[in-house]
Amino acid sequence: MSTFLQTLFVGLRLGSIYALVALGYTMVYGIIRLINFAHGDFIMVGGYTMIFTIPVMISLGLPGWVSVLLAILVCALVGMSTELIAYRPVRKKGTSMTALITAIAVSLLLENLAQAIPQIGPNPKVASKIFAAGGVRIADVTLDWTTMLTIFISIVVMVVLYQFTQKTKIGRAMRCVSEDKSASILMGINVNRTIVTTFAIGSGLAAIAALMYIAQYPKVYTTMGSMLGLKAFVAAVLGGIGIIPGAMLGGFVIGLVESFTTSYVSSSMADAFVFLILIIVLIIKPAGILGKNMGEKV
Amino acid sequence: MLEIKNIHVYYGAIHAIKGITITVNDGELVSLVGANGAGKTTILHTISGLLRATSGEILLDGKNLQNVPANTIINMGLAHVPEGRHIFSRMTVEENLRMGAYIISDVKRISDSMERVYHHFPRLKERARQLGGTLSGGEQQMLATGRALMTDPKILLMDEPSMGLSPILVNEIFTIIEQLHNSGITILLVEQNAKKALAVADRAYVLETGKISMQGSAKELAEDDRVRKAYLGA
Repeated sequence: MSTFLQTLFVGLRLGSIYALVALGYTMVYGIIRLINFAHGDFIMVGGYTMIFTIPVMISLGLPGWVSVLLAILVCALVGMSTELIAYRPVRKKGTSMTALITAIAVSLLLENLAQAIPQIGPNPKVASKIFAAGGVRIADVTLDWTTMLTIFISIVVMVVLYQFTQKTKIGRAMRCVSEDKSASILMGINVNRTIVTTFAIGSGLAAIAALMYIAQYPKVYTTMGSMLGLKAFVAAVLGGIGIIPGAMLGGFVIGLVESFTTSYVSSSMADAFVFLILIIVLIIKPAGILGKNMGEKV
Repeated sequence: MLEIKNIHVYYGAIHAIKGITITVNDGELVSLVGANGAGKTTILHTISGLLRATSGEILLDGKNLQNVPANTIINMGLAHVPEGRHIFSRMTVEENLRMGAYIISDVKRISDSMERVYHHFPRLKERARQLGGTLSGGEQQMLATGRALMTDPKILLMDEPSMGLSPILVNEIFTIIEQLHNSGITILLVEQNAKKALAVADRAYVLETGKISMQGSAKELAEDDRVRKAYLGA
C-alpha cells in the first residue's frame, strides 16, 4: 500500500512537469501547426537562468524560488525571439517541412550556444535546494514539500491557463487563430501578435516546469531538455495535440505510467513503456485521447 | 460607399482578376454573379485585405484600403461573411458572436449587438450554448451572418450564403438578406444562385474569368437573354 501511494505521488509529480511542458508544445502546435522542437531547450534556458539568479535572490534575502520569475521572463523572451527571428520568416516563404527543420536547428543552436558560453560549459551544474526539506506523513508514506508544491503549483497554473483561454480576450483570440486564421483576421484579430503571445506563454510555462524539475533533480546541463521535452511531446500527442486539456491529461498519464513501471516492473523499462503506450493509443485513436475531427458542415 | 477601381489580382502566376471596376453606393444591394472560378471570392478577399491587388484602388468612403492592415479594415465599418461560413466550430454560438465584436470593448454595446442579432436570428439564441460545429449548415450561415453584424457594419460582404443549403433554407437566407438590406445596410453579395441574387439586388455585375462581362440594374440583367441562357437556365 505504501509503495502504491508513494508511486502514485511520484507519478503525479512527474506528470505535473510533463503536463506543463506539454502545454507549451500543444499551444504552439495549435496556433501554427508546428512541432516546436526547441521547446525542450527552453527548459534548459530556464534552468540556467535560475542557476545563475538563485544565489542573487538569496543574497538579497529573498527565497531562491523567486528566480523563477526571472526565468519566466527570459524564457518568454527566448520563445518570442525564436518565433520572430526564425519561425515567422520561414513560415512566410517555406513549407511546413522547412519550418520543422528550422525548429530542429533552433534546438541544436540553443544547446550548442549554451555550451559555448564559458560560464555554462559542458559540465552539469548543481542547483541549491529550492523548496524546504521535509514533508508530511500520511499513513506510512512521507510526502515531501517538493512533491506537494510541484503538483499544487502545476494544477493552479493549468486552471489559470484554462480560464485565461476561455474568458479573456487574448485567450479567445488564441483559440480563434488556432482554429481559423483568415476568419480571425476578419474579426479584427492581429494574428502575428497573437502567435507571439502564445510563444511567450508557452515558453514561460517551460520555465515553471524547469523550477519543478530542478527542485527534484538539482542538476542543470545543456541537453537536459531533450528527453524531458520528448516525453512531454509524447504527452501532448497522447492527449490530442493542439488541445489544452489533452496536454494536461497526457502529461499525467505519461508521469503515472513512468512511475508505476519504475516501481512495479523495472526502471530501465519506464521509457519503453511510455513510448509503447503512445503507439497503442495512436493505433486505437490517432487523434489522441481527447482529439476529434470536426469537419466543416454544409 | 465602396469603389473598386480597375484592380488586378494574381494568385501566384495566375492572373485571376483582370482589371475590374465595381461601385457600391450607400444603401444598395449589389450582386456579383458568375460561374465557379470566375473570381468572385477573389474580389471579396481583396476588398477585405486577405489578398492584395497588384494595381488599382479600393476605396471605402474615399479612404484607400490598399495599405490598411487586413485586421483593421473591420474598424472602418466593413464586415465580411466568408464563403463556407468559417465559424469557429470549437466555440459556442455565443462565443462566436462575441468574437464578431472583438474590436469593441464597450460591454454594453456588445450585449446590445448580441440582442439585436438574436432578434434577427431567434434560432441562434436557442442554441447559444451549443458549439458552432454542431449546428446545421443553415444555422452556421446564420451564425456567420450574425457574427458579421456584431460590429454594426456600414457595409457587409456576403460570399455564397446559399451554398450547400436546402431550397427551403436558401429561401430563408435570402429573406434575411432582404431584411438586412431593408434595414439600411449596404451589401455586396456574391452568389452562384444567379436567379435569387438578381431577385433581391438593386444592381448587379456579371463576372467571367476575371472580367466584368455585363452590368446594370438587377431587373434588366434578369431579363437579358444572354444572362438567362448562361446563368438562369432558361
